[in-house]
Amino acid sequence: MLTVKVASVAKHFNRRPVFADVSFEVRAGEVFGIVGRNGSGKSTLLKIIAGVLTPSRGSVAYELDGVAVPPELLFRSIGFVAPYLMLFDEFSAAENIRLFAGVRGIPCPDSAASALLERVGLPTDREDPVRAFSSGMKQRLKLAFAILHRPPVLLFDEPISNLDSDGVATVHAIIREQRERGCVIIATNDQSDIAQCDRVQAVSSGA
Amino acid sequence: MNTTDVMRSIIAILGKDVRSELRTRYAVNALLMFVVVTLSVILFSLAGETVARSVHAGLLWVVMFFAAMSGLARSFVAEEERGTTLTLQLLATPVSVYIGKLLFNTALTLLLNSFIVLLFLLFIPDFTPAQPGLFWTVVLLGGVAVSSATTIIAAIIARANTKGTLFPVLSFPILLPLLMSGISATKIAMEEQAWTSAWADLQLLGSYIVVVVTASILLFEHVWKD
Ligand SMILES: Nc1ncnc2c1ncn2[C@@H]1O[C@H](COP(=O)(O)OP(=O)(O)OP(=O)(O)O)[C@@H](O)[C@H]1O
Ligand SMILES: [Mg+2]
Repeated sequence: MLTVKVASVAKHFNRRPVFADVSFEVRAGEVFGIVGRNGSGKSTLLKIIAGVLTPSRGSVAYELDGVAVPPELLFRSIGFVAPYLMLFDEFSAAENIRLFAGVRGIPCPDSAASALLERVGLPTDREDPVRAFSSGMKQRLKLAFAILHRPPVLLFDEPISNLDSDGVATVHAIIREQRERGCVIIATNDQSDIAQCDRVQAVSSGA
Repeated sequence: MNTTDVMRSIIAILGKDVRSELRTRYAVNALLMFVVVTLSVILFSLAGETVARSVHAGLLWVVMFFAAMSGLARSFVAEEERGTTLTLQLLATPVSVYIGKLLFNTALTLLLNSFIVLLFLLFIPDFTPAQPGLFWTVVLLGGVAVSSATTIIAAIIARANTKGTLFPVLSFPILLPLLMSGISATKIAMEEQAWTSAWADLQLLGSYIVVVVTASILLFEHVWKD
C-alpha cells in the first residue's frame, strides 16, 4: 500500500508567496485532482511532490507498505508528465524509450519499446528525431516516459494538452488502470480530467 | 539502489551524450574551430621563429585550457537550454548524472588534448618533448584534471541564473593549482630534466583530481535540485 503525504507545504519564490499551507494525503487506488487558476501554483506543487523542487516550508513523504521511500530513490516511484517536460529531441521515439529504460536500468527489447509506443498511440516505425514530432505526438511520448517503469505514483500536469479525442481516451484509460497499481495526482482545469478524480483540492495564492 | 544499477545508469547517460554529440556535433565543432583558430594565431605570431621549450609548454596549455573552457561548459548548459534537466532529474540519481557527464567530458578532453598535441608536433617549429613518456602522462593527467574541474563548474553555471559572467570568476581560483602544476610538469617534460623533478607536480595533479571529484559528488546534489 502506498501513501503520498503532503504536509503544510508552502512555497515562495524570492519572497513572493505562491501558496501557503497545502496539506492532503493520497492513498493507493485514488485519483486526486489539483485545480486552480493560471499561476496559482499547481505545477509548482506537482514539482514539489515529485521531489525536484524544494518546498519553502512543510514536507512531502512517500510511504510504501509503511516504509518511507528515501528522497533520492523517489524517481523510481514516480511517473511525470508536464508541458515543460522535454524529451531528447535528437533521438527517435523508440530511441528515447530505450534511453529512458537504459538509464532506469530496465531491460527494454525492441518488442517492449514497440508495445509501449502502441500503448500511447504512436507509430512504431518512425525513425525521425522527436524534434520533428507534432505537439500531440510529443505529448504521447511523454506518457510513455511516465508509464515505462510502472511507477506506483503518476503525477500528471495537464496530461491531455495537445491531444485529440483518441489521445484523451488513452490518458483516461491509463489513469483508470493506475488505480490498481497506485495513485494519480493530476494538476488540471479540464472538466474531463476532473471527472476522473475522486477528490479535488484547489490551490490559490494566499490559501 | 545497488552499485550495478548506478553503473548501468551512468553508462546509459554517457552513451546518450556520446550519441547525441555524434549526431549534433554540439561541442566538437566549436572545439575544433577554437583549436584551429588559436593555432593559426600562434603560427602567425611565431612566424617560423623557434622559441624556448618552456614557452612551448605555456602555449600548449593556453590552447588546451581555453579549448576545454569553451567546450565543456556546454555539457550541462545544453541540458538546461533544451529543458531536459527535469527529464534527467526524473530518470536518475544526481550521482549517476554527475559521473556520466564527468566521463563524457573526460573522454572529450582527452581526445581534444591528443589532437592539439598532434597539431603542435606537426606545425610548431621545434616542438619536440625531450621526454615523450612524461609529456603524454602530463597531457592526459592534466586533461582529466581540467575536465573534473570544468564539469562541476559547468553544472553550477548552468543551474545559476547568471550563466556567462560567473564562469571565469568561479573557475580561476579552482583552476589555478591545476594550471601551475600542469605547466610546470610540461616544462620539465619538454626539457631534458630528470623524470623525478616532475614527481611533485604529478602528485599534485593526481590529488587535485581526487579532491575535486570527491567535492563535486558531495556538492552536485545541491546544485542539481532547485
Ligand atoms: N522558477 C520560478 N521562479 C520564480 N517564480 C516562479 C517559478 N516557477 C513558477 N513561478 C511562479 O509561481 C507561480 C505559480 O506558477 P505555476 O506554474 O505553479 O502555476 P500553475 O498553477 O501551474 O499555472 P498554469 O495553470 O498556468 O499552468 C506563478 O506566479 C509563477 O510565475
Ligand atoms: Mg501549470
